[in-house]
Amino acid sequence: MIGRRGWVGLGSVAAVLLLWFGLTTATGLVSPGRFPSPADFWLSLNQIASRGYAGGGLAAHAFQSVKLVVMGFLVAIATGVPLGLWMGWDRRAEAAINPIFLIIRPIPPLAWIPLAILWLGLGDGAKIMVIWFAAFVPSVINSFAGVRNIDRPIIEAAQMLGTPRWRMVTEIIAPAAAPMIFTGLRLSLQASWTTLVAAELVGALAGIGFVLNMAQQDIYPGMILVGMVTVGVLGWATTYALGLAERRALAWNVAGRD
Amino acid sequence: MQPIPLRISEKWAWGALGLCGFIGVWAALSAFGIVPRQFLPSPLDVLGRFVHLLSNPFAGATLPQHLASSFQRYAYGVLLAAFIGVPLGLLMGWFRWLDDVVTPLFDGLRFIAPIAWVPFAALWFGVGIGGPILIIFAGAFPPCLINAYRGARFVEPRLIEAARMLGTGNTRMILEILLPAATPSIVSGLRVSAGLGWQSLVGAELIVAAAGVGFMMVQAQANVATPTVMAGMVAIGLVGMAIDVMLRQGEAWLRRRRGLQA
Repeated sequence: MIGRRGWVGLGSVAAVLLLWFGLTTATGLVSPGRFPSPADFWLSLNQIASRGYAGGGLAAHAFQSVKLVVMGFLVAIATGVPLGLWMGWDRRAEAAINPIFLIIRPIPPLAWIPLAILWLGLGDGAKIMVIWFAAFVPSVINSFAGVRNIDRPIIEAAQMLGTPRWRMVTEIIAPAAAPMIFTGLRLSLQASWTTLVAAELVGALAGIGFVLNMAQQDIYPGMILVGMVTVGVLGWATTYALGLAERRALAWNVAGRD
Repeated sequence: MQPIPLRISEKWAWGALGLCGFIGVWAALSAFGIVPRQFLPSPLDVLGRFVHLLSNPFAGATLPQHLASSFQRYAYGVLLAAFIGVPLGLLMGWFRWLDDVVTPLFDGLRFIAPIAWVPFAALWFGVGIGGPILIIFAGAFPPCLINAYRGARFVEPRLIEAARMLGTGNTRMILEILLPAATPSIVSGLRVSAGLGWQSLVGAELIVAAAGVGFMMVQAQANVATPTVMAGMVAIGLVGMAIDVMLRQGEAWLRRRRGLQA
């Protein structure tokens, strides 16, 4: 059921849509060269969905972008989580690696884009590298914090029972740190999208950022809006998917279920 | 789980070892030509280029000049975000109807990465100062709004009830009750905003700018001037760190003054 709050919200969204129609189509106060009318938006959406734009259909561009975010993310998890767990477990590792982090961390992931292009060109490799940078730091920091927050008696009980090292990591430390790790991933997902869109705007051959870039060069406001809406929808969808994965992975965790 | 802490001397020794290892591997990779020097200059090359750029122009200006034009845009964008986001957040925290009206719109826009505003920013405001400001604004606005809103929303109800009983009007309620009570939350929001704004600035300058550190880096990338690209990264990191340290100090000072735990 929709409460009062929901109706007001629907009303405000409807009002903005009406205002959009009013300013562009009905009165022409905003020229179509500045912001597209709803009809322009619809035509652009149709064009990219059926005939394609910038070398591919909407689905192909969206797939390309999602693929890169997922790959960058997976590489970041595969490298960042073990490093963070290790730093949490071993003080010497923490002492040795922390200073390197202090140097690299203040550099925003976006600032790696020119270097990534120099090293790896305009293809997928450079994008995965910058997304890796965006997602790596939060996964390290949160897995580190996750290990440090484990209750000492849990570890001691496992040690007392003679748990071998490998099982200690896979069955005690990693699951106990998992809620914090997911928090880190949620934080970095948005950063990954920002980074990917920026990287594709700077130089790419496909993807949603590339669509935005071409639309900007063609001065094609309808397509710019299509690109922006797609970025928003994909950002929302991946956040939602991560939430589902979290709920499934942490079904045992009461705190993660709220 | 807290492993046994290291002694201070041990901690420094491991830290030095880690740093030396990092710089050593970097230097070795470029010195022995494992990675061509053109693509991975040695640490000394980068440092030398950094010093060189302090007084010699690249892409039309020296590094401090690029930094100055970056910083000007950055300050405008973040201040604009703070001046719109904080009051709007406070108002949303007080007037329920405004909250109901704005929240769905804000949630709809939230998932659009700030950088995706680049094409419209360029179309509407050009590549001078206006375009980048819009993108910085888009990056810095959400934390300002959210933190002011949360701060105002979670003010102790007793304070509000007491003020209400004494007949406080809406304006004074917001300015004299909600604003002071929400200040710690607002300040931490501003710190997050400042960081995100700096990120967005870099992105904006990579794509739509005719000056600034990001612009310098893109030009250097086009010329395969890797040391200049890396010197730009160093400059961005240093300024970002300086901004963060200053705001942390300010936040800690404010918390101490309020008698809160820092």
